[in-house]
Amino acid sequence: MGLPTNIFAPASTPAQSIFDLSIFVLEVTAAVFVVVFSLLVYAVVKYRRRPATDGREPAQVYGSSQLELAWTVIPVLIVVILFLAAARVIASIQNAPKPASAIEVTVVGHQYWWEYRYPSLHVVTANELHIPVSDPAHPTPTFLTLLSADTDHSFWVPRLAGKTDLIPNHPNSMWLDPHETGLFLGQCAQYCGTQHAKMLLRVYVDSREDFDRWIREQSQPAHEAVTKSEGQRIFETTSCVNCHTIAGTAAHGTYGPDLTHLMSRQTIAAGAIENNRGTLLGWIFDPAVIKPGCTMPSMGLSTVQAAAVAGYLSTLQ
Amino acid sequence: MSTESIAIPITDTARPPFTATLHEWITTVDHKRLGLLYIFYSLVFLVIGGVEAGIMRIQLIRPHNDFVSPQVFNRMFTMHGTTMIFFVAMPMVFGFANYLIPLMIGARDMAFPRLNAFSFWMTAFGGLLLYFSFIGGDGLYGAGNAPDVGWFAYAPLTSQTFSPGHSTDFWTLSLLVSGIGSVGTAINIIATIVCMRCKGMTLGRMPLLAWLNIVMAGLVILAVSPLTAAQVMLLVDRYLGGHFFDTQAGGSAVVWMHFFWVFGHPEVYVLVIPAFAFVSEIIPVFSRKAIFGYPIMVAATVCIGFISMSVWAHHMFTVGMTSAGNTFFVLSTMAIAVPTGIKIFNWLATIWGGQIHFLTPMLFCIAFLFQFLIAGLTGVMLAAAPFDWQLAGSYFLVAHFHYVIVGGILFAIFAAFYYWFPKMSGRMYDERLGRLHFWLFLIGFHLTFDFMHIPGILGMPRRIYTYEPGRGWETLNFIVTIGVLFQALGTLVFVGNLLWSYFRGKFAGRDPWDAWTLEWSTASPPPAYNFAKIPEIRSRRPLWDLKHPEDPDWQYE
Repeated sequence: MGLPTNIFAPASTPAQSIFDLSIFVLEVTAAVFVVVFSLLVYAVVKYRRRPATDGREPAQVYGSSQLELAWTVIPVLIVVILFLAAARVIASIQNAPKPASAIEVTVVGHQYWWEYRYPSLHVVTANELHIPVSDPAHPTPTFLTLLSADTDHSFWVPRLAGKTDLIPNHPNSMWLDPHETGLFLGQCAQYCGTQHAKMLLRVYVDSREDFDRWIREQSQPAHEAVTKSEGQRIFETTSCVNCHTIAGTAAHGTYGPDLTHLMSRQTIAAGAIENNRGTLLGWIFDPAVIKPGCTMPSMGLSTVQAAAVAGYLSTLQ
Repeated sequence: MSTESIAIPITDTARPPFTATLHEWITTVDHKRLGLLYIFYSLVFLVIGGVEAGIMRIQLIRPHNDFVSPQVFNRMFTMHGTTMIFFVAMPMVFGFANYLIPLMIGARDMAFPRLNAFSFWMTAFGGLLLYFSFIGGDGLYGAGNAPDVGWFAYAPLTSQTFSPGHSTDFWTLSLLVSGIGSVGTAINIIATIVCMRCKGMTLGRMPLLAWLNIVMAGLVILAVSPLTAAQVMLLVDRYLGGHFFDTQAGGSAVVWMHFFWVFGHPEVYVLVIPAFAFVSEIIPVFSRKAIFGYPIMVAATVCIGFISMSVWAHHMFTVGMTSAGNTFFVLSTMAIAVPTGIKIFNWLATIWGGQIHFLTPMLFCIAFLFQFLIAGLTGVMLAAAPFDWQLAGSYFLVAHFHYVIVGGILFAIFAAFYYWFPKMSGRMYDERLGRLHFWLFLIGFHLTFDFMHIPGILGMPRRIYTYEPGRGWETLNFIVTIGVLFQALGTLVFVGNLLWSYFRGKFAGRDPWDAWTLEWSTASPPPAYNFAKIPEIRSRRPLWDLKHPEDPDWQYE
């Protein structure tokens, strides 16, 4: 249907197995529905009171062991079938072996943004996850380790996989093996605080070459100008550096998103708004206008200062 | 059979002063008055909880709407959920249980009348405490007033770090207080049914309503206790430096989930089993047939009671349990569909071959059957863990449990209101207004909750104060909000009908429905002593025996 977050448009093995199971469960429940619904409608129409009954009570029936046995045994059989079908899919998704070719990413949920770390590729980024497409002949699935820095979150990109929660002090894992390239959307699916609604997920599935190029670019430190711009001076002398990292500069904070390659991302504020110099300025000036209740404070900069910082940040390719 | 009444000499016909009436109601230990207090109290909260739902629906009518702030929206869904479960649904079923059980088992009152009054007032003050947070929660600048942690209040969002100020304390304490009331009432219901039945009423001759309520009360004791324990642990965490749920200090967020859902799932059955009870009393009377398969109905209920204690972790399929753990909870959850299915088929068989009178209580019961069927089937979908990995925490789930709670429980409660209103007030409700209420509410319900399933399938999570355009959610959310309008109108008609009928309705007499259980053998409203002479019965339908001496039930049972 072309809807970006439709669970019935799977593009990855876990989502596909869930979809197949869902169709089976839907068929069985639909059959049960049609049978019981028809019986109910028939009974309600057929046994409505007619004026001709002249006050006589209908025949009193107290029960029937055969009938009751029948509608105990048949549901038991249906339940057993559905249970076995579900158990098979649980095992196939949860117990899938991790191939040596798998990409590993650690996802850390924060109020209200996503941190992505590629431990073996030495890349740290935020809010926009890049993973390679996985050719079924040569699978390169991505295995996610899910952690949380604060409250509970949930990683849900419906077209790629079911959701798994990110719970502090309780590491979880899940995997994706997208069969097509493109942008896949989702959002946090476990209430995590005031701005839960604007904790959006963006997964970019790249061709292998694009992915490798992206990794190369991301693992570089920021390009440092010979003379610091006014914007960089303001950035490094206010509290910005306490929360944000820009690799290769004095900014080493880890509380907020890594900004080293900020301009390689299409959105800011966990997908809430587009990323350009204008939106950056608005965000730096007062984040609460865009995401009221978010944890980044307004630093009390003047518009001129904020514009200088936005100018500096927009050089971080 | 007690068809006579005791004539109390009337010495003073002047109306007593208002303060005297008020004093009488506040100090009453009469089960009927406490039952009505419970019911009135939950009706007030039903309207409040409904307004909160309305605020959320206006906010979600279009993407990026700006009707309320995210902080207010989060308070609204927390208060809506907490209110509807703890201060509408539970007091409502307790109210009907209180009012009906002694009358239906031929007793003069509950086993512990003073405990009964104590329990009601604990529940009442619990609700007031929760709502006092709007005034008293504003202690700390910027911390907000009413609770905003969601009705299941997952750790560590409830810790001092993420929930400074007192909003979470109001939530915790109000549930602690009302939980004590709930357990008190549950003990009372069990003691009453076990000890106070009239002569001849063996367990096998009890009305189904009594059977179902004793199972409900057992579940309340088993379910509310862990919830109370968890609230105490949370208070220890927040004020005495405990680390039960403090994940920064090695505590476990998952332990809270287990505690909460070990309460939360049986709680669903605490609410739905009394709804089954109403339907099991009303359908036979309006089909003019005895309930089909009484013993298996009892067995299925007891079975549901037991199984419901072993399914809680199906609320936690996305939490990262092992595949073995997930598989077990798929099986136990699906197993509960079997006894529930038996019940639906037995109600169907009760209607089969009967003469259905389509009066308002029966209309609500028929709608209940259809809606509960759908709710059960979407429940089976959610029970298949992998399907749940997609649907959990989405609007599909929200639609599913509203189908259970509104389409199932609330419809059964409306049926119960219309069915027992003549007994409680002594007057008939207005049938035309009753039907108008039914149709308005039915249309509203289906507009809202049928269409709510689809945004969930299209990836819309619950508890978001706003959403992005372009995901196929806009039109559906618009329709969902329009449905609320019809439900609100229906509720207005309902309240109007109750008020009008209370003052102007036709007198009902003892037995307007030609029914068969003991409450219809006494006056409407029943006198304080219920029965002038304690009845003695020989079958499950004592009034049938009386009306059909040529063909009494006790010959077959």
